[in-house]
Amino acid sequence: MASSTPRSVTGSTAERVPAARVATPNALSVFVRLHRLAAIGAFLVLLFVLAGVFAPMLVPFDPDLIDVRSTLQPPSPVHLLGTDNQGRDLLSRIIFGARMSLFISMASVGAGAVTGVALGTLAGYYRSLDGPIMRLNEVMLAFPGIVVALTVVSILGRGLENLIVAIAIVQIPQYIRLAHGLTLSVKDRAYVEAAVASGATDGIILLRHIMPNSLAPIIVQTSLLIPGAIMTSATLSFLGLGVSPPTAEWGAMLQNSLQWSRLAPHVMVIPGLALMLVVFGFNVLGDGLRDAMDPRLRRMSGGSPGSTAGPGG
Amino acid sequence: MAAYVGRRVLASIPVLLLVVTAVFFVFQLIPGDPARAFLGPEATPDTVEQVRRDLGLDKPVVVQYVTYLRRLLQGNLGKSISTRRPVAVELGSPFRNTVNLSLASIVLATVAGVLLGTVAAVNQGKTWDHVATILALLGISIPVFWLGLLMMYLFSVNLHILPSAGNDTWRHYFMPTVALSVFSLAFIARMTRSSLLEVIRQDYVRTARAKGVPEWMVVGYHALRNALLPVIIVVGLRFGYMLGGAVVTEQVFAWPGLGRLLVQAVGQRDIPLIQGILLLFAAAFVLVNLVVDLLYGFLDPQIRYR
Repeated sequence: MASSTPRSVTGSTAERVPAARVATPNALSVFVRLHRLAAIGAFLVLLFVLAGVFAPMLVPFDPDLIDVRSTLQPPSPVHLLGTDNQGRDLLSRIIFGARMSLFISMASVGAGAVTGVALGTLAGYYRSLDGPIMRLNEVMLAFPGIVVALTVVSILGRGLENLIVAIAIVQIPQYIRLAHGLTLSVKDRAYVEAAVASGATDGIILLRHIMPNSLAPIIVQTSLLIPGAIMTSATLSFLGLGVSPPTAEWGAMLQNSLQWSRLAPHVMVIPGLALMLVVFGFNVLGDGLRDAMDPRLRRMSGGSPGSTAGPGG
Repeated sequence: MAAYVGRRVLASIPVLLLVVTAVFFVFQLIPGDPARAFLGPEATPDTVEQVRRDLGLDKPVVVQYVTYLRRLLQGNLGKSISTRRPVAVELGSPFRNTVNLSLASIVLATVAGVLLGTVAAVNQGKTWDHVATILALLGISIPVFWLGLLMMYLFSVNLHILPSAGNDTWRHYFMPTVALSVFSLAFIARMTRSSLLEVIRQDYVRTARAKGVPEWMVVGYHALRNALLPVIIVVGLRFGYMLGGAVVTEQVFAWPGLGRLLVQAVGQRDIPLIQGILLLFAAAFVLVNLVVDLLYGFLDPQIRYR
């Protein structure tokens, strides 16, 4: 974020502004002014992460507490977002849903990133591995993410762990492609040749000289893939193939709302809105990060965060 | 051009072969006996053994793989476990339904997306640009199934003006088409905007303006024609994904297509059916990519000779 500072405090404008106002051009305010949307995104993402991490301390009710006397209640002072068909407090379930989404997306994108970056870097560095890994990658890319995830679930079965594995596998091709390109672009640079000449082993070259170079684009890529992972996870749960019903998860909550939306539309509106705001937040934050950290990436990824793992339909 | 076509067609064969191989071997990982799955829990061990021999499951995996390839070449995709009918027959009508829905959606996404992107680019930095940008961002962020549910609640449950499920009449197309196209529409709009902004600063556009060509023709003819080249690739890619990615939309609107069939097949662990659907998805995707490549080579001669 700080890297966007110099752009706004360029010489002539800064000189003309009264001294009192340039006294503390702090990085945060500059970022907010330059990337207003990205700042909104950062706020939404922060809200989501805090809600997820501190869920047990924040919730007004036990998210699984059934209360048959107060079912399908609209939002009220007691239940700020109302209750569902079993009288469970929706706000508490939304907050625990955030925790679930946070956990699933971090675990799956993390696992996908480690595997994909390792494979992509190896494919870029060793010519003999390039063919096999990249051809297999083409096969994976011939299927939409949701189809790959469905296939994995059909092999492994349902459940939280399998859901995470399925979503991790969906992320791998994106990281392979990125790491492969990045490795190819630096492996003939002088500093890598210097390392080779000074007798560094392949492991040292990969870890010390090639990987650090890929870090910024990989962080940007991760921020762009997380919303896709959150969406895929909710989608699978909505289809009844992810997290199973009693657990508070946004997709599963939407699935459950199908029967009740006629009587109480809020049980359908609220989880979807939460999901959209979080995905929107990550998307605009990712856009902002990409512009701030590495404008070149805009062209490489086709100019849109959705180019990655959106469920597509 | 002929050489380019030949080269591209040949290049897509190995990908297809790899997909077939992957689809065959990945499902070997499933624990349990396919013959037992086919017959159900009540079958006697003798019958299971009989079916194992009939299906060729007693042979080594490599032999099974060769048999699988040979059958595929004859158009034989095996039999569905749940319906006992040939997979190829099961796929026919859902495939047509999915293609119809995808075609309607890609047309809507392309027309509306290019329009939205052009409006944004022409008004760069002004109100309409911001409106279009926010709309596009919302479009790529909204969960498809939620959008579908909201539309259904509004138009079917409350207003009673559109049917909520099935594909019997043209009125059934409205909501699924919108739901399936929103993501692609937003995507194409963003792509058109950035592509047009690059082109609009080129010398030949300035020349056109300088010699007095009306602004709508500068944008509509000189600029857009070149700006749309990269958009074509995105349209093709999105169409390829739509064919396979209509899973959620079809599920929400009970559209009897391949995506819905896939969810059912996964729920029942009907492996031959899953394999058949996956192969069809991949074949459609590879074919669409091929057509896009050829179209691109046709439109931009530089690509042909690389």
